[in-house]
Amino acid sequence: MEKTITDETIEYVSILAKLTLSGEEREQVKRDMGRMLSYIDKLGELDTSGVEPMSHVFPTVNVFREDVVTNGDDSKNMLKNAPGEKDNMFMAPRTFE
Amino acid sequence: MRGNMGKEYETVIGLEVHVELATRTKIFCGCSTAFGGAPNTHTCPVCAGMPGALPVLNRRVVEYAMAVGLALNCDIVRDCKFDRKNYFYPDNPQNYQISQLYLPICRDGFVEIETAGGSRRVGIHEIHMEEDAGKLIHDEWEDCSLVDYNRSGVPLIEIVSRPDLRSAEEVMAYLEQLRLTIQYLGASDCKLQEGSMRADVNLSVRETGASEFGTRTEMKNLNSFRSVRRAIENERERQIDLLEAGEEVVQETRRWDDERECSYPMRSKEDARDYRYFPDPDLPPVYISQGWLEEIRDRQPELPWEKRKRYGEEYGIPDNDIEIITGSRRLAELFEGASALCGQPKKVSNWLMVETQRLLKEQGMEPEDIRFSPEHLAGLVKLAEKGEINSTVAKEVFQAMFDRDVDPESYVEEQGLRTVNDEGALKKTVEEVIAANPRSVEDYRNGKEKAMGFLVGQTMKAMKGKADPGSVNRLLKELLQHWKMD
Repeated sequence: MEKTITDETIEYVSILAKLTLSGEEREQVKRDMGRMLSYIDKLGELDTSGVEPMSHVFPTVNVFREDVVTNGDDSKNMLKNAPGEKDNMFMAPRTFE
Repeated sequence: MRGNMGKEYETVIGLEVHVELATRTKIFCGCSTAFGGAPNTHTCPVCAGMPGALPVLNRRVVEYAMAVGLALNCDIVRDCKFDRKNYFYPDNPQNYQISQLYLPICRDGFVEIETAGGSRRVGIHEIHMEEDAGKLIHDEWEDCSLVDYNRSGVPLIEIVSRPDLRSAEEVMAYLEQLRLTIQYLGASDCKLQEGSMRADVNLSVRETGASEFGTRTEMKNLNSFRSVRRAIENERERQIDLLEAGEEVVQETRRWDDERECSYPMRSKEDARDYRYFPDPDLPPVYISQGWLEEIRDRQPELPWEKRKRYGEEYGIPDNDIEIITGSRRLAELFEGASALCGQPKKVSNWLMVETQRLLKEQGMEPEDIRFSPEHLAGLVKLAEKGEINSTVAKEVFQAMFDRDVDPESYVEEQGLRTVNDEGALKKTVEEVIAANPRSVEDYRNGKEKAMGFLVGQTMKAMKGKADPGSVNRLLKELLQHWKMD
C-alpha cells in the first residue's frame, strides 16, 4: 500500500527545504515521497527483537586526529567555489542581523 | 519581585553556555584556530563545507570535554556520538552543524555557587561537543553578507544547566564559577567579550508558589557579564508586564541589543525550529574506555575550591587574599611559585594584592595578562627582605618587572639601586643635610617632629633613594641629639 502524503506535509517540508514547488511539481513530489516511505516501511516487516540498536554501520570507534596544524592558507582555492567574492570573503545573500 | 497588582513573581532561569576550546586546531580538520587571521586563511574543504570532504575528530576536544564534565560532577557517557543539526544560514556552509543530540558526552552534573543568600547547587543537564559557525559581516555597499569561515569548525562545548537559577546574582555566580573552573583546566580562556564564552539565557516567570513553569523565552547575543545582568532584569520585567496586562508570553528567541538595552524577537514563525537531527554517518562513534577516563581524572589540576581550602590551611594569609588570588589561575600560579622559591607567602601575597592590583587597574589589564614570572617576584621579595633595597626602590623595581618582566637582581645592579650600607658615607651625608638646613634643625629642637620627616626626605634625596630609611632615621636622631648638646 502506497503512503498518502498530505498537502500540509508537503507545504511544511518545502518550507524546511527552502523550495518553491509549482502545482504539478507538488503532485509529483507527493507521489515520490509516498513511494519512498512505503519502501522504508518494508523494514517494519523484519523481526528486530533481540537486535542491539547501532549508531553507525561500520563496526569502528575512535577515529581521531592529533591536535596538530596541518593546513596552511588555502583561501585562494576555497574562494574559487564562492558565488561571489569580496575582501577575501564569500559573498552571500543579505541576512538580517 | 512584586507586580503592580500585588502579586509576587519568581524568575526561573536556565543557561546554555558555549565555550570555545583551547585546541590548536579545529574539531574536524587540521586548520588553525588562531584568532585574528585574515579572512578565510584558516579554511579547508572540511570547514568550508565542500561536498565530499570528510571530518576527522580531534582527540583533544574529547579530552577537554571529559575534563570539564568531571570538574562539573557529570557522568561521562562512555558511548557517545555526533548528530547533524540541519538549518540553512550562510555562516553554516554544510547546511548542518555537527553536534550531539542523542548521546552527549556528559550528563547530570552540578556546580556549587555562593551568593549573599548562601551556597546553592545548580544542576547541569548535559554537556555536548559541537562545531562553531563562521562569521557574517554585513556589507552596506553591496547590500549582501560577507562570510569569513575562519571560526567555522572551531570546537565548542555547550553546557546546559537545569532551570535552577532564580536571580541575576545567581546567574553571575554560576557563570563566574564555570569561567574559573574551565580556566583552571586550561580548556578555554573563557572571554565573554571576545566570544570564547557565550551565554544564552532561558527565562520565565511564575507566581511565587506556582508548581508549573511559565512560558520561557531564549535570549541571545549577550557578550559581557553586564549585558547578561541587564538582559535578565529587562526580560523579567517585560514578562511580568505582559502577565499583569492579561497577555501571554510567546515562546520565542529574542536578541539583546546592548546599546538600546532592550530585546526583540529574532526568528519569524515560518522559520520553524525543526532541525531534523540524525546521526552523522561520516563520524564513527566515540568509545571512552575506563582506562582513558582514569587517565583524564588523574591529570585533573587542583580546582579553585580545592585551592581555597588548601591555602587557608597552608599559607596563613587573610581570607580576602585567598579569594582574590584563587580567583585567577595566573595569580594562583604566581603566588604558589614565588612562595615556594622565597618562603615568604605573606610578602608575596602583599605584592599580588596591592601593587599588582593597582597596576592591573591602572592599565586596564586582566590578571591573565601578567607578564612577570614567579622567579622574578620571589627575587624581589628576597632583595627587600635582605635589606638590599628599601621599600621605595622595591616599588620602582616592581613597576619595571610588571612592565617588562626584568630580573630584579640584575635590574637593581644595572640601575645602581642597591641600598648604601656604608655607614661612613651615610653619616657624612646626614651631617651635610643638617648643616644645610638650620631652620629645620631649629624646628626639631623646638619639638616640631614634622621637621624630622623633612630631614629624612632630604637625606634620601641626597642618597638618590638608595639609603635604608631606618638607618637614616637613627643617624639623624643621634646626630641631632649631639647637636642639641652643643
